[in-house]
Amino acid sequence: MDRIADRVREALTDRVASIESARDALVLRIAPTALVDIATRLRDDLAFDLLVDITAIDWIGQAPRFETVHQFYSTRYFDRVRVKARLPEQDPTIDSLVPLYGSARFMERECRDMYGIVFAGHPDPRPILLYEGFVGHPLRRDYPKDREQPLVRYRDRTP
Amino acid sequence: MTPRDHVPLNSPVRSLFDDAGDGEVVVNLGPSHPATHGTIQVIACLDGERLTRADVHCGYLHRGFEKECESHTWHNLIPYVDRLNYCSAMINDFAYCAAVEALMDIEITPRCRDLRTLLSEYSRVADHLTCIAASLMELGAMTPFLYLVMVRDYIYEHMAQLTGARVTHSYGRIGGLARDLPDGWLSRLAEVLDEYEKFTARIHGLMDRNRIFIDRTRDVGVISAAEAIDLGFTGPILRSTGVPRDLRKDTPYLSYASLDFEVPVGINGDNYDRYYVRMREMDESVRMMRTLAPRLAEGPINVDDRRCTLPPKPLVYGEIESLINHFKLIIDGPRVPAGEVYVAHESPNGELGFFLVSDGTGTPYKVHCRAPSFVHMGGLHRLLEGYQLADVIPTFGSVNMIGGECDR
Amino acid sequence: MAATIPIRLDRASQPVAARGALEYLTTKKDELVGWARKFSLFPYPFVTACCAMEFMAVSSTPYDTDRFGAALPRFSPRQSDLLMVVGTVTHKQAPILLHVYEQMCEPKWVMAFGACATSGGFYQNYAAVAGIDRIIPVDVFIPGCPPRPETVIDGIMLLQEHIARSRHPIVNERF
Repeated sequence: MDRIADRVREALTDRVASIESARDALVLRIAPTALVDIATRLRDDLAFDLLVDITAIDWIGQAPRFETVHQFYSTRYFDRVRVKARLPEQDPTIDSLVPLYGSARFMERECRDMYGIVFAGHPDPRPILLYEGFVGHPLRRDYPKDREQPLVRYRDRTP
Repeated sequence: MTPRDHVPLNSPVRSLFDDAGDGEVVVNLGPSHPATHGTIQVIACLDGERLTRADVHCGYLHRGFEKECESHTWHNLIPYVDRLNYCSAMINDFAYCAAVEALMDIEITPRCRDLRTLLSEYSRVADHLTCIAASLMELGAMTPFLYLVMVRDYIYEHMAQLTGARVTHSYGRIGGLARDLPDGWLSRLAEVLDEYEKFTARIHGLMDRNRIFIDRTRDVGVISAAEAIDLGFTGPILRSTGVPRDLRKDTPYLSYASLDFEVPVGINGDNYDRYYVRMREMDESVRMMRTLAPRLAEGPINVDDRRCTLPPKPLVYGEIESLINHFKLIIDGPRVPAGEVYVAHESPNGELGFFLVSDGTGTPYKVHCRAPSFVHMGGLHRLLEGYQLADVIPTFGSVNMIGGECDR
Repeated sequence: MAATIPIRLDRASQPVAARGALEYLTTKKDELVGWARKFSLFPYPFVTACCAMEFMAVSSTPYDTDRFGAALPRFSPRQSDLLMVVGTVTHKQAPILLHVYEQMCEPKWVMAFGACATSGGFYQNYAAVAGIDRIIPVDVFIPGCPPRPETVIDGIMLLQEHIARSRHPIVNERF
């Protein structure tokens, strides 16, 4: 892990707010505007060629409220990097990584469904796990777990 | 909110294209379809028999797993986690428990490590058997389906002797396992592995050089290594393109560092290679199990840590501290220190990861499952486009989409 | 001169012997048709989730639904008469389930296979329908998560008894 920490540090210190070594990956905290630049350099210069996961965390009560988490893996050096960016509640927008990684298409659509994060430049922002007409973002902490939005009228079950 | 009236069929999703070009036809496959393994919808634009564009829709099995996680204790999630990749339920258990153990800085016991390795490989065999059986049946080969499901049934009954359930085992626990092996379990394991070899020898005889099978799967659903990595493919699909990436070898976990096994790779990246990579992986798994079974470490299976392991029942009924400990663990859940972690295991489909965020209590703040099937669905259109409509079936079968994992 | 009095052939005005004969005939007809229908079930496996594993197991050796005549799946709703809902039905999938059910012709039966189809299982949240009988009428519920193949066979046998005991009007609503 120290090997990649040094490599990443010397390549990226100018655009990254903080770098720390966690138990399973190197964690980079960045400003949202720096994502595409960092991802490009991770892929092209530092051999992080596999985009593993994109998700978000809802820190309700804190500002900025959302935190996107992008995880990368290097199939050459077997290292992992986690890139995190905080987004405000009123405008949770961040750039899309679809031009860089084909796997980002579905993962960003899921993140948008679940949290409402807008990925600017995504070519196909349709709902993926939810359905057309679903109002709200279920994984936000203020969406009640039991609020169903049925598509089919319930039938009368009295015998 | 009042439910809406019955709406036309294609309303849950919007298609990417509803205008076909000259002479093209738009056809809908799924989401209730025998060969889409449950719940995938492929809206295909056809030029004659050839697919020009494919729009893959998943989400029909989205059961709100991640939302459920936020209202249950860390222990109570183990049955939910089982039902992600339900073909190999134990691997999900162990990956999730490993992630929680990483957050709690717990080191599992050597016997637990060996057992988890053995059972992960056993689950891998069950999953690959299901995948190959289903995809061969969809091509018309009914006999291999019956043979492979027979072996799989032996495995299920054997797992039921250990865990109590045939399919969704809920056997992993944070810090260990639910219970130790019963007497006679390992000798039955040797018998089941012998049956496996007998039946797979027949499958090899039926399928490997079968003209029809080769015609339907060779050079169909081809993907290159660079494209596969760009689209996020891992597991047997990536290995079928020739890239020998396997988390068990590259970043060893559990007891894999001490086991000697090969990572089979393919040549073309087509359906035939995926079938053969899975057959060879099962052989390697059986080899690992045969090596590991006689030399399982002795000792306890649960780590002796009051933060996660339930105290023994005599103590619970005997002393007040154990009673309170037991009560707190059941009602509040094990207190996991605040932080986050991502732990990935090599599941039969690829990299299965759990990203956990804890706020210090017994209930998770966030649990995210990085499902290989979901990412593979994102790249499926590349495997389907350019081939014939009938090729959708073998290609889809070779990708082994598991709905519980894909849609979570 | 005694004119012929027209006899209305409704049940109440029929002579007792004739009425009993008709009922005997319809009962025997129902038994025959019920016997035929219960042993030639064509399931439509509406498969979604984990219960599919047990569905595959129960359809093949050694449990074998073919013994009950219920082995051959028909993946067109027009050709099937038993809708087996195997696994969780989510709100996104619900319109498809209703559409498939409505496309099936009478007589048709519905089997809720597994805990999720019966009641939503332990997915009590925004995404899953809490039991498919909120959408379509169900004839037999099979509990289990997933149910053992023996439980499924028990459910099929219960359904067969139900079919055997039912009325099977063929010509009109009486016969």
